[in-house]
Amino acid sequence: MKLEGRYIETPGFMDLHAHLREPGFEESETLATGAHAALHGGFTTVCAMPNTDPAIDTPALVKEIYARAPGWAEGGRVWPIASITRGRKGKELADLVELAEAGAVAFSDDGSPVDDPRLFRSALEYARSAGRVVIEHPQDTALSAKGVMHEGAVSARLGLPGMPAAAEETAVARDITLARMTGARLHLTHVSTAGSIELVRRAKADGVPVTCDITPHHLALTDEWVAGSRAFAWEVEDEGLRGVPYDSSTKVNPPLRTLGDVRALWAGLADGTVDAIATDHAPHASTRKDVEFDQAAFGISGLETAVPLILGGVRAGWAPLTTVIAALTTGPARVLGVELPEGDHLTIDTQAEWVVTPESFFSLGKNTPLMGRSLIGRVDIAGLGLTKRGGGQRAAEAISRR
Amino acid sequence: MKWNRRHVLDTDDWSRDEIEAVLDQTRAMIEILQRPIRRAPPLRGRTVILFFAEASTRTRVSFELAAKALSADVTNITASGSSVEKGESLYDTVRTLQALGGDVVVMRHASSGAPYFVAQRTDAAVINAGDGWHAHPTQGLLDAYTLRDALGDLDGKRVVIVGDVLHSRVARSDINTLVPLGARITLSGPPTLIPTAWRCGQLPPGVTYEPELDRAIEGADAVIALRLQRERQESGLLPSLREYSRVWGLTADRVARMRPHAPVMHPGPMNEGIEIDAAVAHGSSSLIETQVTNGVAVRMALLYLLVGVGTAAAVEERV
Repeated sequence: MKLEGRYIETPGFMDLHAHLREPGFEESETLATGAHAALHGGFTTVCAMPNTDPAIDTPALVKEIYARAPGWAEGGRVWPIASITRGRKGKELADLVELAEAGAVAFSDDGSPVDDPRLFRSALEYARSAGRVVIEHPQDTALSAKGVMHEGAVSARLGLPGMPAAAEETAVARDITLARMTGARLHLTHVSTAGSIELVRRAKADGVPVTCDITPHHLALTDEWVAGSRAFAWEVEDEGLRGVPYDSSTKVNPPLRTLGDVRALWAGLADGTVDAIATDHAPHASTRKDVEFDQAAFGISGLETAVPLILGGVRAGWAPLTTVIAALTTGPARVLGVELPEGDHLTIDTQAEWVVTPESFFSLGKNTPLMGRSLIGRVDIAGLGLTKRGGGQRAAEAISRR
Repeated sequence: MKWNRRHVLDTDDWSRDEIEAVLDQTRAMIEILQRPIRRAPPLRGRTVILFFAEASTRTRVSFELAAKALSADVTNITASGSSVEKGESLYDTVRTLQALGGDVVVMRHASSGAPYFVAQRTDAAVINAGDGWHAHPTQGLLDAYTLRDALGDLDGKRVVIVGDVLHSRVARSDINTLVPLGARITLSGPPTLIPTAWRCGQLPPGVTYEPELDRAIEGADAVIALRLQRERQESGLLPSLREYSRVWGLTADRVARMRPHAPVMHPGPMNEGIEIDAAVAHGSSSLIETQVTNGVAVRMALLYLLVGVGTAAAVEERV
């Protein structure tokens, strides 16, 4: 590890939260394109969320992901997360012990919170016996209802239905309460509000076995982006960069929050409340996004822009480099209760400037509000041997040679 | 004042000069509408496409009359509200609009922001005739015109907007149009129907919130009552229409607490007996029918400014 100078060297990153869409939604992403995108973004390990079609809720499907994933040989290695409930329907538990035996690294119904608290309690207790962490998307779906962005001054101005911060925080509070009661490991993914961070901070101080992650886009963008702002949280507004309001590429769940929330996320990162940075990579085919804002799918294609977004905040002095690198490496490994895979090394050019274009992405999902934007900092993909044409074989060789 | 907009999507970033330019142009259009033959030629050869993806009769007819009074060709496209489910996407519709080659697209849509989507993807000038809860710029402008006509200068005047502000594009556009002209706005209505941020101190400039209508209306210079959708009760935002009417309905007693002759307005269609009493709606202070008349003139002014040939003076010469 070398964190000084223009070129830094770090262990490969681990992403706890990505949607690779296969099986079922291959027009948005495949395990192969997703694994390539992961490696392109510096993630040598990527955990695939099970909200596929079918949902990953049986041992056979877990094994199928391993079999189909290009994994270590052709991109970032793919680790499947299995669903908590059968079909992700929130009604009955999936066979958690057998799913773990088949290789599921964690359990999550991400995208669909387990609304029923009794079932969620069971999930926590049962997952504990399976030796895996439950990754929960904390959201009270009754309270967030038809919301399409953060509820606040910007949603009031734009006339868009809002999702209040409380819809996340009441769920965080419930989940923490159940983790405290069961003693089971709980991981809250993509927490996004100042209130959530404070709840996790207090729970950790009380010894509750809870961890959490935050996303690069929640660290860098605010709800003003829905109204057309294109200023990062640490920048002043630049009228020349302004985009069009209601751009569906800014529609994501949890929604982009206020500057106060963003600052609280960085503070949580700095003081250890936040354990990991995870991308919530959510690629979508253009047909799901090229529609009215309220009709558009939620999600940002995030694997390939994580590094420059995070480095931007580091450059602005919002957290030390060592902290964010830990949140991309040892942090997520500890959440899963595994060792960081050995032998994955990255070189990052912290000064390289590049422009986000559809062609620059390995992901099939081009849905990002950063499209067309010039960013600073990128993974040395030549060093990884990753090229569009050559794909992953050379990448694997390059990594394994080190 | 050079008025130089390509579209009319929202008035939120309009200067006072730009708003006044439209209102001045509106006055010229009212003159045309008062002539025996209500027709002028500046849009001859221009095509105005009325694309109403959400039911509306009055606004559509108002635009149609406005376009025809300026000699434009007018054509209608109707589309289902929830287009995604019914097969034709807004994207498809925009491509059709583009291929049809209209000069102006006037659109009404249930989704906030939809006019931005269309404006980005067509060469035509887009006029937002109401999008979701977001904006209804021509309503804001016609309300400003009507109020200015009734009160003279709007500087320092206090206008009460009462009702379902949360779901109201009219309220947002009234705020964005009246505040730059110097008016102060007092919002009133049940807390569930006012945006949370606006109840918690993050109000737009020039706007205050007073939950009690009786206090809000005391000494006001004008009041605008908003339409109350009956489904607000069903979705748990209101206990009952009866209670709403008693606490926030515009009654003759309440109107009497404003300054003498203070005007009463409503964007229509009204629920008489719920947000406004019939005696008030049809009383001497009511400008509700004037609003409708002025609406045609405001829409003519915008069409003219966007795609009209020549200047206002030229209109005079050629008529």
